[in-house]
Amino acid sequence: MDFTFTDDELSFREAISRFLMTEAAPETLREIWETDSGRSPDLRHKIAEQGLTALSIPEEAGGLGMGDVAWSLMTQELGYYGIPDSLADTAYVSAGLISALPDSVSDRQGWLEQIAEGSLRIAIGHPVNPLVADAHLADFTLLNHAGEIHAVPRSLIDVEHNPSIDSSRRLCRVMWEPGSATRIADAATGQPIWDQALNRGALSVAGQLLGLAQRMLDLSVDYAAQRKQFGKPIGSFQAVKHHLADVAGKIEFAKPVLYRAAYSLQHGDVDAPLHVSLAHQACAEAAHLAARHGIQVHGAMGYTWEVDLQMFMKRSWALESAWGGRIFHKARISAAVLSDGAALGPGHVFGRS
Amino acid sequence: MDLTYTPRQQAFRAEVRAWLAANLPAEKLASYDTREGFEQHREWERKLFDARLSMVMWPQELGGRGCDLTEWLIFEEEYYAADAPMRVNQNGQLLLGPTLMEFGTEAQKKRFLPRMAASDDMWAQGWSEPNAGSDMAAVSSKAIRDGDHYVINGQKTWSTRASFADWVFGLFRSDPGSSRHHGLSYLLVPLDAEGVTIRPIKALNGKDAFAEIFFDDVRVPVENRIGDEGQGWKVAMATAGFERGLLLRSPARFQQPVRKLIELYKAHQTEADRDPGIRDAVLEAWAGAEAYALSAYHTVGRIARGDKIGAESSINKIVWSELDLKIHETAMRILGARGELLAGAPQSGDADGWLEGFLFAQAGPIYAGANEIQRNIIAERMLGLPKA
Repeated sequence: MDFTFTDDELSFREAISRFLMTEAAPETLREIWETDSGRSPDLRHKIAEQGLTALSIPEEAGGLGMGDVAWSLMTQELGYYGIPDSLADTAYVSAGLISALPDSVSDRQGWLEQIAEGSLRIAIGHPVNPLVADAHLADFTLLNHAGEIHAVPRSLIDVEHNPSIDSSRRLCRVMWEPGSATRIADAATGQPIWDQALNRGALSVAGQLLGLAQRMLDLSVDYAAQRKQFGKPIGSFQAVKHHLADVAGKIEFAKPVLYRAAYSLQHGDVDAPLHVSLAHQACAEAAHLAARHGIQVHGAMGYTWEVDLQMFMKRSWALESAWGGRIFHKARISAAVLSDGAALGPGHVFGRS
Repeated sequence: MDLTYTPRQQAFRAEVRAWLAANLPAEKLASYDTREGFEQHREWERKLFDARLSMVMWPQELGGRGCDLTEWLIFEEEYYAADAPMRVNQNGQLLLGPTLMEFGTEAQKKRFLPRMAASDDMWAQGWSEPNAGSDMAAVSSKAIRDGDHYVINGQKTWSTRASFADWVFGLFRSDPGSSRHHGLSYLLVPLDAEGVTIRPIKALNGKDAFAEIFFDDVRVPVENRIGDEGQGWKVAMATAGFERGLLLRSPARFQQPVRKLIELYKAHQTEADRDPGIRDAVLEAWAGAEAYALSAYHTVGRIARGDKIGAESSINKIVWSELDLKIHETAMRILGARGELLAGAPQSGDADGWLEGFLFAQAGPIYAGANEIQRNIIAERMLGLPKA
């Protein structure tokens, strides 16, 4: 029993964090998000150079061969620095889906190599999400037709743009015709892979929400320490302190929930769907409270476009309903916990794998 | 990361489970807030001690097993899953015990620890005073040196089960000119000493759950002092870290009532579902207990790796105390109009002690450092916000 990360995992996270701190500063993100595509090939290239896109690609395809546990740290960094959907959707969720495809899919190895080197953008259209993020500039989009998996190149889809209040998002309604040319897995093979992708997508979002919560907390602490009223920093007032202490508590207690879900998914635990939903819920609650208390602490400044809080606040509001919103995940938790024979009580936190 | 139990850990779990199954009292013990129940619980503690299960983390020579924190979590899981009796001597064993191990002389350790592990001595704590609650550094009870004795005068309060206990440990002002956390000494006082008067305080449950202790020229030998004279604050604080907070309220203590809450909900589901909030409250309680357990395992792992755990222990305290309220409030909502009935009432449907637990849960956010104080600690020490 060792519910911690290795020094290697922690130092890789630290390196990515330091890199994104300089390369993905809020002013840079604002510029990128104001472009039509909303994405920067240059930033994408630099991130790939750091090895992030190779994280969970198998070693024989040029990757680092790590898994969901390592990603549970990285998704927090992606959230903290507001890195848009395309990166995690390609390098984490789609890479996982493609890795699970049978060897008979001839493009499989090539795709994995291209993801690792950062030269491929993939969008993923799971039915749980009404729209597909970043399909407008993906090289191809993974699409579901009655459980089948299709890899549909950009040239074979039409997209309808649906602007979001979160300026980092590029949401598309995707129009396409299923056909044998794009099918890479039939429904019998595809459905379990889609189910796995849903859990991975939800876990990806959970980690990002937790990172967003931490970012909003940090911004709010900085603001409360500097902003003075009644001759004192507002952060010295107990009412303000307690708002932020509650956010810190939610974040600290969501972390192990996220990490257990990642471990369960990586090791094929039968309870992985329950654990993932619990992680999505815990991280979404932390982010939601960080936004609410964050804007309260910022006062009127928090309601402006100018102050960076809004970037992270809106992204957290958007992501808390991505890859299954509260309704979806609560329903899964309810069904599992209230089912007959559910393993409840002391001693059942780990291990029905 | 490896979330599996080793064969050794599994064997320990099986041993604890088997021992409890064979040795649990046939009848539920009386409340340990009564004299009768207190002595019944003492007997149970002795039985645990004889099986070297009273203090599993203590070293072999003190009657323990030298378990690590993970094994302790396993012990607690089995203990609460078996609905074993409440632990009556935790104030001594968990608060004073580690302090003695770190700061006590060899003679003190030999004198007090084995009797504490066996519950031959039952301990009450003497921190709070009428004017020193959340502000503990305001203690004014004096212990003035007179040769090889201290002469104690003053008053302690909210001392849990002091009416029945044998000893009290606490902080006393040994330098009369000092203020705040300076000039305090950490002393151990037998409650049958001349000049000690104990006045029980009836708690919310109508029982003598705690007491006031009056000291009137009570003479205590200097060898009853832990640490140096005037260094009592440091001694008291040094072991007030995460471990003690976790040990006092293990996750299993909440996972077991949550399991029962789910059973209670299912047994009353038709009626309960007329209030759509109840199912959600049940699920929230489950999620809270699950998160608390996960956090404990995560932190235990971090401690094993040498991480220092600081203000996070304040988060822990807030989480378990609010979780305990949530669990019991939800149970009371489900029990509805019968919820107010005492467990012995003919029409009571409360075999699991929900009312008693509901009452005790009201104290959680207050004792062991009020939650407002904990939030201040998180904001100032963890987030670095300025003091008022």
